[in-house]
Amino acid sequence: MNDTGQRRIRVLLAKPGLDGHDQGAKIVARAMMDAGFEVIYTGLRQTPEQVGRISLEEDVDVIALSSMAGSHLPFCRKLKPLLEENGLQDKLWLIGGNLPAQDHDALRELGFKGIFPTGSKLDAIVAYIRENVREHVA
Amino acid sequence: MNDRAQSTLKIVTNESGLEVKPLYTAADVEESGGTTMLGEPGEYPFTRGIHREMYRKQPWTMRQYAGFGNPHDTNQRFKYLIANGQTGLNVAFDLPTQIGLDSDDPLASGEIGRVGMSVDTLRDFEIAFDGIDLDRITVSMTINGAAAIAIAMYLAMAEKRGYDVKKLRGTAQNDILKEFIGRGTWIFPVEPSIKLVGDTIEYCAEHAPKYSPVSVCGYHIRESGATPAQEMAYAFCIAKAYADEVIARGLAVDEFAGRLSYNFNIFGNLFEQVCKFRAGRSLWAKIMKEEYKAEKPGSMWLRMIAAGGGGGLTFEQPELNIVRGAYYALISALSGTQTMALCSYDEAYTIPTEYSARISLRTMQILIEEMGMTETVDPLGGSYYVETMTNEMRKKMEEIIAETDAQGGIVKLVSEGIIQAKVSAQAYQMQRDIESGKFPKVGVNRYRNDNEEDHPVEFHPYNEDDARVQVDGLNKVRAERDSEHVARTLAAVNEAARAGANVMPAIVAAVKAYASVGEITKELVKVYGRYQEPIRF
Repeated sequence: MNDTGQRRIRVLLAKPGLDGHDQGAKIVARAMMDAGFEVIYTGLRQTPEQVGRISLEEDVDVIALSSMAGSHLPFCRKLKPLLEENGLQDKLWLIGGNLPAQDHDALRELGFKGIFPTGSKLDAIVAYIRENVREHVA
Repeated sequence: MNDRAQSTLKIVTNESGLEVKPLYTAADVEESGGTTMLGEPGEYPFTRGIHREMYRKQPWTMRQYAGFGNPHDTNQRFKYLIANGQTGLNVAFDLPTQIGLDSDDPLASGEIGRVGMSVDTLRDFEIAFDGIDLDRITVSMTINGAAAIAIAMYLAMAEKRGYDVKKLRGTAQNDILKEFIGRGTWIFPVEPSIKLVGDTIEYCAEHAPKYSPVSVCGYHIRESGATPAQEMAYAFCIAKAYADEVIARGLAVDEFAGRLSYNFNIFGNLFEQVCKFRAGRSLWAKIMKEEYKAEKPGSMWLRMIAAGGGGGLTFEQPELNIVRGAYYALISALSGTQTMALCSYDEAYTIPTEYSARISLRTMQILIEEMGMTETVDPLGGSYYVETMTNEMRKKMEEIIAETDAQGGIVKLVSEGIIQAKVSAQAYQMQRDIESGKFPKVGVNRYRNDNEEDHPVEFHPYNEDDARVQVDGLNKVRAERDSEHVARTLAAVNEAARAGANVMPAIVAAVKAYASVGEITKELVKVYGRYQEPIRF
């Protein structure tokens, strides 16, 4: 709970697949923590099954992925049904990283509402989460 | 200068935390330590370069990082780059290969051939280097966790083609400590990982004495958020950890130190980078001579690959990255590097296309052919500013090394995630400073375009069929090889690991039997276990 009696926004930040470039994920995690969110960072090499399970167990409001090595579409295609099976379709799904513009529509269709390609600003990510999770946690 | 004018000058501090004055004179050089560490090029302490004539005798090797898809695709890219004047190869491997997985491993699905070429068995090395003369062009491999296997495959492939492995030159990155700090392609826990690096150094010292089994990478530490001074200081701490491992086995420093090499990063302030390299060269020579009692000059040389790192590139206004790359190459040349691998302008987005890789290659060729960069050695030497800042950078690096040692040493600090947390905090601060405008970045927080979509970057295409071709190829090798022989060689790998022996002879035998990267890694994991990363902020 924060000082206004609201539950703090809980975010799962995951590094999907085999990519080890986690500097961006860690920077975003710090920005979210500075904004007062609770952040559960998974560390590297998460499978879709692990992301689904941790999201459920940790009862998060936001499921955020950081992908830098081009495997975002195959990963998200596997993750979507797992999140749905766990009843997590009403959570806010985000993805950031090296995401070519031509893949954004496909990611949106898979349920990723927020897309933050390389070059996105930290404050924009934080503001987007506040804006889109507010009703849920109020 | 009157008082009023002076008071308007803001204080300037470089990324390494050293104050930059508006004017330098001979007095600054003296005050900072004089020219006692300057010397002549090719002479201790090598501040001005490790060779006497440097580029006048031979320009730097141009070694663009390349590799994608399956080994057939990569072979074609290698030949394209060589045909365009590239003088060295630098192999990019895909993530499954880098972390020791075969292409048919479920975890490899969706990742095969994406960020580099896929390798399962020796057959893939044979395909990738088909038609490439290994005497005429040296090969560097960017692989770390699975480096022992890749080195074994490279040496086995060369031997099979009739090359004398004793004379074979080349480099493997094989710097696992930096993988724990940044980049993340670790496999085994820290301790056995360092043992494996020691095994490769020891094996190459005996069997392939011209081959460089380790290229210590300050590069990735810098990409993760380290300052230029930290980049070099941590790299030296890591190199010392490997040297200590090998010396503890009874090797003399002069038996292996001459084959250690380095990989450094260039982005940021031109003079800070140039002074970083000049300072680093003399400091490494001093460490080798005074701490390790090396006697051969080659053992004291800071041999390196250095060029523009992706960390300086921007997503915004990508064509500006061509300009940045050209400056990075200039800095690299002024720094006296042996080899350059210049990032391409689209690397903030994707792996380079043929077009963008060629621009990077041409950038280096313009420096060599048109700009006079190879005509004289250490052209900035003697500048009051450069000599003062070189002295100050060296002192800064010495402080960082002393501080690291005082806190328990680099191995302990990396194992506990402390270095990772430190550079990650710095990376966050830098990002905040860029976003607030405190740290200028053209096209990002200065001179932005109204519409960033005006100049879209062409993406190197990913071919989904590459993965199928790769898995089919692996299955074909499995069907053709002598499976009993493979099983015996794999058991020998396991046995050598259990006995604490050098595993390289057993790995070389296994790769020659066409055992796969995944099969050999599994045997090692049974003994060493897998790394569990500490998650610290």
